[in-house]
Amino acid sequence: MTQAWILALPVCIPLATMALCAMLQRRPGAQRLLSVAGSVALLGSSLLLLAEVHGGKVLATQFGDWRAPFGISFVADLLAAAMVVITGLMAVAVAIYALVDGAREREHAWFHPLYHGLLLGVTGAFLTGDIFNLYVWFEIMLISSFGLLIQGGTREQLDAGVKYVILNLLVTTLFLLGVGFLYGLTGTLNMADLADTIPGVENRGLVKTLAVLFLLCFGAKAAVFPLFFWLPAAYHTASAPIVAIFAALLTKVGVYAILRVFTLPFGGVLDYIGPLIGWIAGLTMITGVLGAAAQFDMRRILSFHIVSQIGYMLVGLAVATPLALAGSVLYVLHHIIVKANLFLIAGAARRAGGSYHLGSIGGLHRSAPLLALMFVIPALSLAGLPPLSGFWAKFIVVRSSLEAGHVVLAAVALGVGLLTLYSMLKIWNEAFWKPAGPRSEEAARQWRANPRMRLAMLAPIMALAALTLSIGLYAEPFVDFSLRAAEQLLGGEAYARAVLGDRPVASAGDLP
Amino acid sequence: MEALYAIAFGTMLAAALYLLMSRHLLRMVLGLLLLGNSVNLAIFISGRLTSPVPPLVPDGELVLAAGANPLPQALILTAIVISFSLVAFTVVLFERAGAALGTADPDAMREAEPRTPAQADAPPDSGAPE
Repeated sequence: MTQAWILALPVCIPLATMALCAMLQRRPGAQRLLSVAGSVALLGSSLLLLAEVHGGKVLATQFGDWRAPFGISFVADLLAAAMVVITGLMAVAVAIYALVDGAREREHAWFHPLYHGLLLGVTGAFLTGDIFNLYVWFEIMLISSFGLLIQGGTREQLDAGVKYVILNLLVTTLFLLGVGFLYGLTGTLNMADLADTIPGVENRGLVKTLAVLFLLCFGAKAAVFPLFFWLPAAYHTASAPIVAIFAALLTKVGVYAILRVFTLPFGGVLDYIGPLIGWIAGLTMITGVLGAAAQFDMRRILSFHIVSQIGYMLVGLAVATPLALAGSVLYVLHHIIVKANLFLIAGAARRAGGSYHLGSIGGLHRSAPLLALMFVIPALSLAGLPPLSGFWAKFIVVRSSLEAGHVVLAAVALGVGLLTLYSMLKIWNEAFWKPAGPRSEEAARQWRANPRMRLAMLAPIMALAALTLSIGLYAEPFVDFSLRAAEQLLGGEAYARAVLGDRPVASAGDLP
Repeated sequence: MEALYAIAFGTMLAAALYLLMSRHLLRMVLGLLLLGNSVNLAIFISGRLTSPVPPLVPDGELVLAAGANPLPQALILTAIVISFSLVAFTVVLFERAGAALGTADPDAMREAEPRTPAQADAPPDSGAPE
């Protein structure tokens, strides 16, 4: 198979699955089968892509055979390929879970086409090498997520939808504004070409302003400190599989865009923007974890923890050493698995205990012992306890900040880890350990009476927990991979050479 | 000429942000529409206002010698399609939200917000809405 196909398949497969699911709108059974098959195929194609770039080669292709700075490029380096693989993993896990919970009643409202539309936008955003194209993938992702969020049509969801839609549309449009200005400044939109062109731009003030504008837009997507309000206002209203896939992928696309843009096109202004990112990262960690401590709804607690964890991922750019960026990469990969799993577990806990609210649920360690065991793994991993994946991610983040002299960031990271443990213990004490009330007992009876539902819910949860455990126990290859991905990110030449080849590079002087 | 366009863009953007900050869903939709259009204008100016000639390669030639910059036009065309569909969705969503929640003031919509301790004590969640 040619390079072009290997790069295009992770986008083509969700696109085809979405179209086929939409055509089979009246046949829910066929849609379910197709949805799982499409997710598995996406995982397969992403593994193919990872195998191709694993040796350190950067894959690139130009659509329609237009030369690189003019046509739209698709590029995969280690980071992009790893993100696509993890998207495939999440797609399979959530598609299986959705067979029994949270999707059936939404199939008439186009659950499956929208689900694959979301995956399409996410993989496209990871693979594109063109900043305007990135905007288009953002919008595809956004419109699918709008549809998924308000599918139930309840009052709660409509309220959440209004806030989610307004804030996300606003920042995406501002992103487009930034793209327009960037084009006016440099005459190109290809990210590898931008990395070549931006250092030569004379108007440094405008370059810095644009860098801050992009930080604002991607930061709002990633839900960082002053811009995160849409997330806890909306996520807890969606059903379990939907919120799991949102939590896994949407904010991480923002983080990925920040990592990409501030190493490649805006790599030159990182020394200016790094301290700003450091402040944002610290405040994001603190506000997120404090917000979570005040909540008593499992989904709200977990939503605030998404915000807090995003802070850790940004520490890498604030410190900006290869080790620190490796910490960010490992953190993103670990966090996606753990966070999606916790939301799936919350959904299962609601089935087995009758509610999401910690006040009215209880006794799960007795009624669903396997679920209780499965909760412990991602919960402790989120808090960063050894020997789980979160420990290594946090260890690298803290160690790299200490090495670079960012003592305050390291202290914040450790303190926030403790408070995360507090929130996880709260869920454990209330939902799992506390004796069951009458409502939980009734729900537990139904849970035990339905082995097929249990299997479809617990299988993906156990698979993701096993993954968390194996990253924790067998960390070396993952750490090594993150280090190589970080070096590739900071290096940039391999990326630029793969995209632009030996062809002459357009420069600001060629402007019409 | 470019200065005039730039001032027009700035005015539109300011008006859009003003509308977005109001507390009425209808004004916010109009703000989103205006925001999209002002950004499109910004992209258009970014491509420089050079020539009024349509960017068509003349018969028998291979390069575009004289003509407007075609790239911003392609970008704007894409952006118009996207923002049209998103605004269409937003209008329907706001219409439903306004009807279901009985208000057009987003600040008065508290359905998805945490309950106050007093409310939380009375009924824990119903478990039904999901």
